Amino acid sequence: MESATIKDVVHAPAATAVDLSTSIGSFHLPAPTMTASGCAAAGAELAPYLDLAALGAVVTKSVLRDPRSGRATPRMAETPSGMLNSIGLQGPGIDSFLEHDLPVLAEAGARVVVSIAGGDADEFGELAGRLAALGPESPVGAIEVNISCPNVANRGLVFACDTGASRAVLDAVSSAVSSAAAATGRPALPVLAKLSPDVTDLVAVARACTDGGATGLTAINTTLGMVIDPVTLRPQLAGVTGGTSGPAIRPIAVRCIWQLTAAKRAGVLPDVPIVGAGGVASGADALQLIAVGACAVQVGTATFADPSAPARVARELEAELARRGVARLADVVGIAHEPGRGITRSTDL
Amino acid sequence: MSRTTTAPAGVQEAAEVVSARPVGAYTHLVLHAPEAARRAQPGQFVACGVGDSGMLLRRSLSLHAADPVAGTLEVVVAAAGPGTRLLAAKRPGDVVPTTAPLGRPFPIPEAGTPGVVIGGGYGAAPLPWLARVLTAQGSRVVGIVGAASADRLLGTSAVDDATALDGIADALVVTTDDGSLGAPGRVTDALPEVLLELADLGDPWVYACGPMPMLRSVHTTTREVLGQGARTWLAVEESMACGVGVCMTCVLPVAQDDDDGVRRTRMLRACTAGPVFDGDALRWDAIGAAPHLRGGALVPDDAVGAPTAMGGH
Repeated sequence: MESATIKDVVHAPAATAVDLSTSIGSFHLPAPTMTASGCAAAGAELAPYLDLAALGAVVTKSVLRDPRSGRATPRMAETPSGMLNSIGLQGPGIDSFLEHDLPVLAEAGARVVVSIAGGDADEFGELAGRLAALGPESPVGAIEVNISCPNVANRGLVFACDTGASRAVLDAVSSAVSSAAAATGRPALPVLAKLSPDVTDLVAVARACTDGGATGLTAINTTLGMVIDPVTLRPQLAGVTGGTSGPAIRPIAVRCIWQLTAAKRAGVLPDVPIVGAGGVASGADALQLIAVGACAVQVGTATFADPSAPARVARELEAELARRGVARLADVVGIAHEPGRGITRSTDL
Repeated sequence: MSRTTTAPAGVQEAAEVVSARPVGAYTHLVLHAPEAARRAQPGQFVACGVGDSGMLLRRSLSLHAADPVAGTLEVVVAAAGPGTRLLAAKRPGDVVPTTAPLGRPFPIPEAGTPGVVIGGGYGAAPLPWLARVLTAQGSRVVGIVGAASADRLLGTSAVDDATALDGIADALVVTTDDGSLGAPGRVTDALPEVLLELADLGDPWVYACGPMPMLRSVHTTTREVLGQGARTWLAVEESMACGVGVCMTCVLPVAQDDDDGVRRTRMLRACTAGPVFDGDALRWDAIGAAPHLRGGALVPDDAVGAPTAMGGH
């Protein structure tokens, strides 16, 4: 075998720390791993197991306007290399979130991405406006828009399955964020649209989101699944269907991020940052998502088994890059799309 | 219980299996987890990885005992599914990823308050430890352990001395549904006589661990026999993915007085608000109310943020 050849990639001596910093618009992250929405509650629950301030960001459970009980139980079913969840967006509402949860994250020194959800575009806009109006001392660095929640006006179909509905939500969010930025003179909060893989044309939905003002994309949310109880022969989840997550859906995430990045490279999508999510449980997993185009990675379901996983994955990713002599994470973002730039030697990997 | 009160956090340890031995139908495991062993209290649990990359989720097991000197946690595993079967098959030297101690422990009453500790099947696992704490502070403690049949019992020396309540509780009643050991019938058939005997010493605190129908019956029976005097503390066994409060799958409808004095029902996490709940706080009208949802609970219509006709969840 030949020695390693990584054209255009800056090599680092093996012992040197890898530069893992990344950015989502104006939101600078010293580390590339985040929690994933719905897998870290409000964030504070993980503080005993990892340093919240050392994560790239804490992504909160989706926040809605009003308190919400969520669904009946059972809410969970284990599946091969994954699980289904059907929580129903349980949460205390934006007032309680701002009063009780966000200050704890600020105190911990965390950077925060607040996930928002709503039943119509107005609710999304209102929530985004509340967050964008927070003072400069706020730990909120970006908003993630959970468009995989039911659209009350459209038979409960999720916004993310429809380009028009997705665009309307992002329009509402981005105009609220822009208004707040104009009023305060501070830069507008970056807005990530979290995409569902359960669509026929992912790039079309992504384009609708960026047309609506999304400045970044998160890919992917869970994919809809179902399990039948072997005894009752009825759906095992009280909510009937649930979101499938875990390593079982990682190939779907890799495929989606590949498609989005290919569309950016072809000029079909604007050049917005992509945050990867889907079945990441190790640094090697994260590197797959990064290689196809993610500039940061969320660690979700793995946190249920290992509450320190978001921090552990960052350490493992650093080791993966150092082992390949890569000095900067940014050098391998999207490298899978570039024949000849990849690492050709594998003997010591 | 205040709404803001949450459980003390656990610690992650790669726990080596020190010993594994069959106890009746179950497996008793001793795990080396010194930091957790230092912190653990009766009623708390340990979340265990099963060691199969295809089965991601932790299995939460009630702690049978913790020895801070030896640095060990003890659990009794019932091999009920593929994950617990793997745990029950662990041998000395195997390593189990653990997060412990999790959940809120059993509340302990004023010294001298009489206690009843009730276990259904392997639910008896935490009772000897709890009974020891209660008797050490001068409480008279009566144990009741039951199961469908003798081979599913735990907590009696008829099954195993080391995990038994014999010699720790002041008295022990054994029941089996089929009469194969002890008194024929359910634990709650034996409960009224025990409650009436102990009530002479003060309002008893009744602790129970086992399947939800048994917990409901313990609560109902206690209220029927003693009115509002006694307290019931019920350790629930809910399906949970994480055990640390982030997945929101293990919730139950629980009614509590808020700071404004108004009693409100919320879907609370069994892992952080429980697993031990005040029997009066559980919304029995919603728990187990839908037979096709085995072990599930509905959201009461009056719960905070319950679904409305306008928008389901």
